[in-house]
Order: sequence, then structure tokens, then C-alpha cells
Amino acid sequence: MIAIAIVRSRDLLAVVMLTGIYGLLSASFFVVLDAVDVAFTEASVGAGISGLLMLSAITMTGRKEAPRRHKPFLALFVVLVTGGMLIYGTMDMPYFGAVDAPVHQHVAPRYIHESMQEVGVPNIVTAVLGSYRAFDTLGEVAVIFTAGIGVLSLLSLPRRRKKYQTDEATEEQMHERHMVLRIVSKALIPFILLFALYVQFHGDFGPGGGFQAGVIFAAAIILYTMLFGLDTAKRVFNPALIQILAAVGLLLYACVGVVSMLNGANFLDYNALAEDAVAGQHLGILLIELGVGITVAAVMLSIFFNFEGRRQAQLHNAKQKGEQDVSRTL
Amino acid sequence: MFLGLYNYWIVVLLMMIGFYIVIAHGNLIKKLVGLTIFQTSVFIFYISVGMVERGSAPILAEGISDYSNPLPHVLILTAIVVGIATTALGLALAIRIKEAYGCVEEDEIQRQDQLNEDKS
Repeated sequence: MIAIAIVRSRDLLAVVMLTGIYGLLSASFFVVLDAVDVAFTEASVGAGISGLLMLSAITMTGRKEAPRRHKPFLALFVVLVTGGMLIYGTMDMPYFGAVDAPVHQHVAPRYIHESMQEVGVPNIVTAVLGSYRAFDTLGEVAVIFTAGIGVLSLLSLPRRRKKYQTDEATEEQMHERHMVLRIVSKALIPFILLFALYVQFHGDFGPGGGFQAGVIFAAAIILYTMLFGLDTAKRVFNPALIQILAAVGLLLYACVGVVSMLNGANFLDYNALAEDAVAGQHLGILLIELGVGITVAAVMLSIFFNFEGRRQAQLHNAKQKGEQDVSRTL
Repeated sequence: MFLGLYNYWIVVLLMMIGFYIVIAHGNLIKKLVGLTIFQTSVFIFYISVGMVERGSAPILAEGISDYSNPLPHVLILTAIVVGIATTALGLALAIRIKEAYGCVEEDEIQRQDQLNEDKS
């Protein structure tokens, strides 16, 4: 339903709001489907960060979508044919929730029955993510890191020492106006950060882990940035430091692998990290989750900082241009 | 008889809505939103495949013997975060396009490109 509303609406602000709701809905959908870890991630990403980034983007690219000039029938036809073929393809699929479906026969039973002895972590998702498929996860973290680098290279501005005095004054005024919001979130932010740390280190036992914790941590700092202005936030969290941290997280992950190699085992085989195999697994998962958390939080933050920095620079330029125009007309 | 397949139909429906937005709309931001919907439909597909009837969330506990398949959860969990990172990259590209062309509509961008080619 919401997806259809997104198609119809031409006001991009409404579209972004609807995506937020859509993200929250799919998160609750995942809870119903027993995927708590995934729901956690989707709730923090889909309903939080993605909406924010899109909002920040549409402030720069304009709010209205241009009316369509060509007829959508061809597109509709292609979509209907593809959809029809896909639905025809589902006829051979196993029924929803079937226990004997082929997916459940291959590696899943081993994960479910033996991960407790082999890894010793109650949350199977964490065990698979951190230990069995550690190499895959390393690749994913590298992709996130690369995307962060891409955004940096596209949007980062040349460093300027000059301060925007006028902007700061208006910003200060704006923040004065949001007194209630500011005080409430001032009280909330420490708890959000604390919750992020809990999610980070409790990921072995309950739903949670580095990916979710990183996103929540970043969300807390983004909240701070929105209320107190980019310059204040940049003074607290140095962007250069954040960029270094993004690399540090990834390197920490890879170093765990190298250390286990030096100890005579395969890359990312944590059994070699400690005397006892299970203790080694615990240590390894803790370290790589920490690496994941640091990288994800740092990349999300630097993406947001760059979006915001770009936006403020554009506003500033627009204002200057306006002043020039005024002086020219005078 | 076919009703047991309803999860795939929801997935196909969502996927086609996303696909439609991507091919029928000219606005680049809207296209990215469409891609996000498409992406979410794939997530739902994986997770619903991993679902087991009367199963429980894959966190080991006393007295539970059926768990849903943890493997799709792992794949999708990382895919969501990677997805937002790549969406951010796409948005960054859209912002640069806006700066270069002054708009994010596909037709307009093509028209300007055509004009530039004709000039040179």
C-alpha cells in the first residue's frame, strides 16, 4: 500500500516520509518472520538513517518531481510481463514455512546443532556472521568502507579556514527556538549511546552486533548534529579522526585474521587465538564485531557530515549570490 | 492449494512496484527510492524463505528445538547496511549531478548532453 503511495506521490518530501514508514513496517514484518537481528537492523537503517540521508539530499536537489511527459504504458507492460513470469516461476517453490524446503537441508542444521559446541555463542546469527562466514563479513565491511570513501570523494569540500559568521548566527537563533527538543534529546543522547554499546557487546547472547550498534551510535551523534549544528558537532567529533576510525575498524577486523594466521591456523580461524578453542572464538567475535561497529558508525557519520557540509556550503553560496544580485541592482 | 505461496507473491508485487518506479520515473532521487523498495523485496524474499513453521528466532535457548534458518538472516543483515551505504553513494552522485546540470530529471539531463554534443 505504502509502496503504491510512493509511486503516485510527486512531492519528494512525502515520498521520503513514506519510505521511513515503509522501513518501519518491513522491520515489523521481519519480527513476525522470526528474524529479530534483521528487524533490528532494518528498524535503525530503513526507518532512521536512510530517511535522513534522503531528506538531506532532497534539500539540495529540490523537492518537486517534474510531471511526466511520456506515457507510462510501455513501462507498465514490461513490469506486468516480468511480474507475471516471476509469479509463474513461484509455482515450483516450496510452500511458506515448509520444514522440508531445500534451504533448510544444506548447512543450516549444522549451524543450529553444532554452533554451541564449536563457537559457544547462543545467538546463531552472530556465530554464523562472525565465525563461519567471517570472510564474507569482512568483504561486506570493505564494501561499506569503499562506499564511504566514494561519498567522501564526491562530496567533500576543500578545507577552508574561513568561518561563516552569518550562518552561525542564524543557526544559533534556530537552535534557541527548539528549546524543548534540545533539552529532551540532551537527556536522551547518552542513553542512545549506552544502548548502542549494549547492542554491540550483547550481540553474542541476544539480537544485536556490530552492524546495528554502529548505526545506532551514528544515529545518536546525527541527532546531536541536527540540534546543535554541524560546526559544534565537528568540534566534538573531529571529521579527520572519524575517517581514520573507519579505516581502523576494517584494519582491526583484518588484523584478527592475520593474527590467527600467524598462530598457525587459517585466515580468520579464531580457534588459534587462545588456548581454548571456544575462548578463542569468543575473543575473535568480540574483536571483529568491534571492528564492524567502528567502521559502520564512522562511515555513516562521515557520510552524514559530508551531506550536511555540502548543504551548508550551497546555502552559503546561494546567500552570497543573492547579496551580489542585490548590490548589482542597487 | 496455491495459497501457501503467498509470500512470494507479496515479494513479486513489491519488486514490480520498485521496478516500475525505476523505469517509469525520470527523477533520480525517486529512482533511488524505487531501488530501495526493490531491495527490500529481495530482503523479504530471503527472510521468508528462511522461515520455518512453528520455528523460533535463531537464538539458542532451553526447551526450543525448532529454529528458523539463520543463514538468510546473516546475509540480509549485512546486505541492509551495505544497501544504505550504496544508496548514500547514489544520493551523493545525484547531488553532484544537480550541481553540474541544475536538475535531477533524466530527460533534462539528456537534453543538455545533446546540446553540448551539438555544440562541440
